[in-house]
Amino acid sequence: MSSLGKFRYVSTDRRVREDRRFVAGKGRFVADIVLPNTKHVALVTCPHAAARIVGIDKSAALAMPGVHYILDGAELAAATLPLMTGLDTPNVPRRPLAHEIARYSGEWVVAVVADSRALAEDAAEEVIVDYEPLPFVLDAEQALESNDILVHEAHGSNVLLDKTFTWGEVDKDFAAAPRKLKLRVKWGRSSTVPIETFGVTASWDPWRDMLDVHASIQMPRFQDQIAVALKIPVTSVRVHHDVDVGGSYGVKRGIKHTILCGYLSRRLGFPVRLIEDRLENMRGGDAHGPERLFDVEVAFDDNGIVRSMKMRALENVGAYAGRSPFQLGKPVGAIVGPYKIQSVQYRAVAVVTNKTTQDAVRGFGQAPTNVALERTMDEVANVLGLDRLEIRRRNMIRHDEFPYVIPSGTTYDSGDYHALVDKVMAHTSYDSLKAERDALRAKGLLAGIGFAACLEPSGGNAMFEALLNPKIQTTTFMDSCRINVDGVGSITATMHTTSSGQGHETLVGTAIGEVLQIDPETIRVVRPDSLNSLPSGTPVGSRMAIMLGGAAFHAATKLKTKLTTIAAHDLGIPLERAGYDQGEVYDKNKPEHRRTWLDLVQIAWRSYHRMPADMEPGLAVSHVMQVPTGGVLPTADGKVQMYPCTSFEFHFILVSIDPVIGRPEIVKYRIGHDCGTVINPKIVRGMTMGGIAHGIGAALYEEFAYNDDGQLIAQTFMDYLLPSSHEVPDVEIIYHVTPSPNTVFGQKGSGESGYLGAPAAVANAINDALKPLGISTNSLPIKVSKLGDMIAAAQEKKSKGN
Amino acid sequence: MRIELDINGETRELEVEPRTTLLDCLRDQMQLTGAHAGCEHGVCGACTVLFDGVAVRACLIFAPQAQGSKITTIEGVTPGPGEMSVIQDAFCETHGMQCGYCTPAMVLVAHALLVDNPNPTREQIVDAISGNICRCTGYAQIIDAIALAAERLRGANRPVEQRV
Repeated sequence: MSSLGKFRYVSTDRRVREDRRFVAGKGRFVADIVLPNTKHVALVTCPHAAARIVGIDKSAALAMPGVHYILDGAELAAATLPLMTGLDTPNVPRRPLAHEIARYSGEWVVAVVADSRALAEDAAEEVIVDYEPLPFVLDAEQALESNDILVHEAHGSNVLLDKTFTWGEVDKDFAAAPRKLKLRVKWGRSSTVPIETFGVTASWDPWRDMLDVHASIQMPRFQDQIAVALKIPVTSVRVHHDVDVGGSYGVKRGIKHTILCGYLSRRLGFPVRLIEDRLENMRGGDAHGPERLFDVEVAFDDNGIVRSMKMRALENVGAYAGRSPFQLGKPVGAIVGPYKIQSVQYRAVAVVTNKTTQDAVRGFGQAPTNVALERTMDEVANVLGLDRLEIRRRNMIRHDEFPYVIPSGTTYDSGDYHALVDKVMAHTSYDSLKAERDALRAKGLLAGIGFAACLEPSGGNAMFEALLNPKIQTTTFMDSCRINVDGVGSITATMHTTSSGQGHETLVGTAIGEVLQIDPETIRVVRPDSLNSLPSGTPVGSRMAIMLGGAAFHAATKLKTKLTTIAAHDLGIPLERAGYDQGEVYDKNKPEHRRTWLDLVQIAWRSYHRMPADMEPGLAVSHVMQVPTGGVLPTADGKVQMYPCTSFEFHFILVSIDPVIGRPEIVKYRIGHDCGTVINPKIVRGMTMGGIAHGIGAALYEEFAYNDDGQLIAQTFMDYLLPSSHEVPDVEIIYHVTPSPNTVFGQKGSGESGYLGAPAAVANAINDALKPLGISTNSLPIKVSKLGDMIAAAQEKKSKGN
Repeated sequence: MRIELDINGETRELEVEPRTTLLDCLRDQMQLTGAHAGCEHGVCGACTVLFDGVAVRACLIFAPQAQGSKITTIEGVTPGPGEMSVIQDAFCETHGMQCGYCTPAMVLVAHALLVDNPNPTREQIVDAISGNICRCTGYAQIIDAIALAAERLRGANRPVEQRV
């Protein structure tokens, strides 16, 4: 990593401070936190894809020992407001418990509160719900094209969003281009499925008017949403941020769980807890990810230069509209990937169906879009008989063209795509991988090489909100840090959200240590609760290195300035003559003339008579950071500056397939990765490795499959397959550093790395392997069973033809 | 029913419902919360404990079935307050985790592996952890951690049987 050496602590291979507690089993996960007198919730769920709730008989369940309360949707709907949604769709209300109509199999209908979770589950089995099954729709195209079955009748259609953007001279470019190509690509419904399910304990104190919330949450504006739905002031909601979250990758957004428990605790007067079991998590946890159908058309010339693109993305968001339709909006900020496509038409369509509700998933819609783009680049090469790597090189934005404005109005901050591609190919030559592929083919296996060149928009300026819902006028996405030096000189810094494994405490310590030139290990990093917190946009949009790291940098810089000012005053020298060195301030003309850290602490804390006039005593500073490039609404013609930074990744892989059973194996995996300045190499490597594993899962194994009755048939880990250590290959990462001009250390985001390109690379490698058979597939996940059937059919056809 | 369990070298008498899993018993009745519930159907391995030295899933065992066996949890392999074993330290050195939820189980699996086989190949490490799902790391830094721990333990100035 070439930025090494410029920094004292940033980019050095330091340990992650959070790790110590985890290796000893001393993480503080939500299920580990037990408040006195806590009661437990279990849920009764709808067995139908859609049904009217005709009657609920609670009597048998209520009579069981240890059962305290049974809550239905009517009572909850009367007492609370619907959950916040992203789009302006008032007739698609979403509530924790189904009210009158249940709209997917597994939707929560009744909540049972009992002394233990086991007793609550026992009682849930005795609740009798009378349902009248209703017609249902599962397929997005059917939901879009027909109004025969409406998921929400009052909304009048199944369409939540249908917006077409045209950026540049699309028609003209299409007319002028000698060649066109159409492609349909499917991204199957999967998710990140953390090993810890969502959990929450809500505890209402009527004597303090305070709802204490401990939750495994990763979501912006959590406390606001709780307060609004429960109709209490936000000052009566205290979300505890010192809860370790056992994995999230976007989906830990249990707002409905929290409203449910919050209501019950206020109603019943004791702490109420709901820890999802795996079944609840998979069916009714509302944590499914994108299920997207792409129709792509590109116009290109004989050299493979892609001039223009039309893309329709149709998203099946499930039964209710949360924030998930916005996942069609974020890709606008990288809609052309790393390529110089000069005009784009993008139609984003979101429909409701009778499937589980979606929420945000790692990459927020970018990974599916990248599959569509990268499959298209491969097909352009194939049609022209050109090499797939060469096509990419020809279309990529060159280093000297940055900052580069893409048709949708977003400026890419920096990049050096060709250099990173060259580095990867120098590490493992194309010829050697082709030879290896051909050797596998000679052995009777199918084998293919896959490329994917993808961007990771990072920094989380959530402009897709205002782009897709003009009522939302948000042009900021803040993060904050507060630093206090105590009376004996130790430093405590704050962060104002939970983390789910990204090492944010390490990040804050490193950034402050770098600025103050002080060992980061000596800096305490704490997480005050929401009432003691400054604004935080939370760990979404690959933003924390940029925004929390940035806020910590700026707060530390303010502290450094204050220390220097106090010292200059006390030394009787002008400010510009004062130099700062590892916590001490000296006279540049007379370096032995200096004030130590403890001298300055003494002055600030106790000797106010030695302070500059009008300066606040003490050494407390804070900084609320505005997102770089933020502050600008989308234009009327739909141009928008989405995220401030774009990381780049280039995947280069070899896959072999056993043609008899159709089982793919990833033989070689190389990835070039450029996320600007790396703050902590261990963390960045882990993010990329984990992202690739997720991507392999989405490409080959993971799918929330439904049968024709609308039943989720992959609802345990026996049938929703997660990659184990056997499925994840050795991965070699080749680094390149192109600093961002928009951030304090030149850092960009890396939290979604790997995941954004791995599915595309795997799909491309499999298609390269299938090419000799004359078949292809553009539908993910490419499961063993499907691949085996496809290969068998092609071979049969071939042998018959012969 | 009344049961007697040997947990981390200590005998504990407990009153449990027969249907209580060992996992729930450890977490709810003994406050040994290092074992985590992930799937509760024996796939993810987050609840792993050592059962007479063998890594098993505490969610698939009823507490009464654990009588007469030596149960070791993550709390039992941690040398002391604030003090890490060689394996735990190696996980920190390679950052063989992110969220930490599957980590105690991974450490226990590594423990069981290295007691049996002080010099595992990469493939043997991959096999050993293949029953434990990690959604964060893609496994690479976990594999590195176990290989590093093995190397350090082999170099430890202690009799072989006391190294892990």
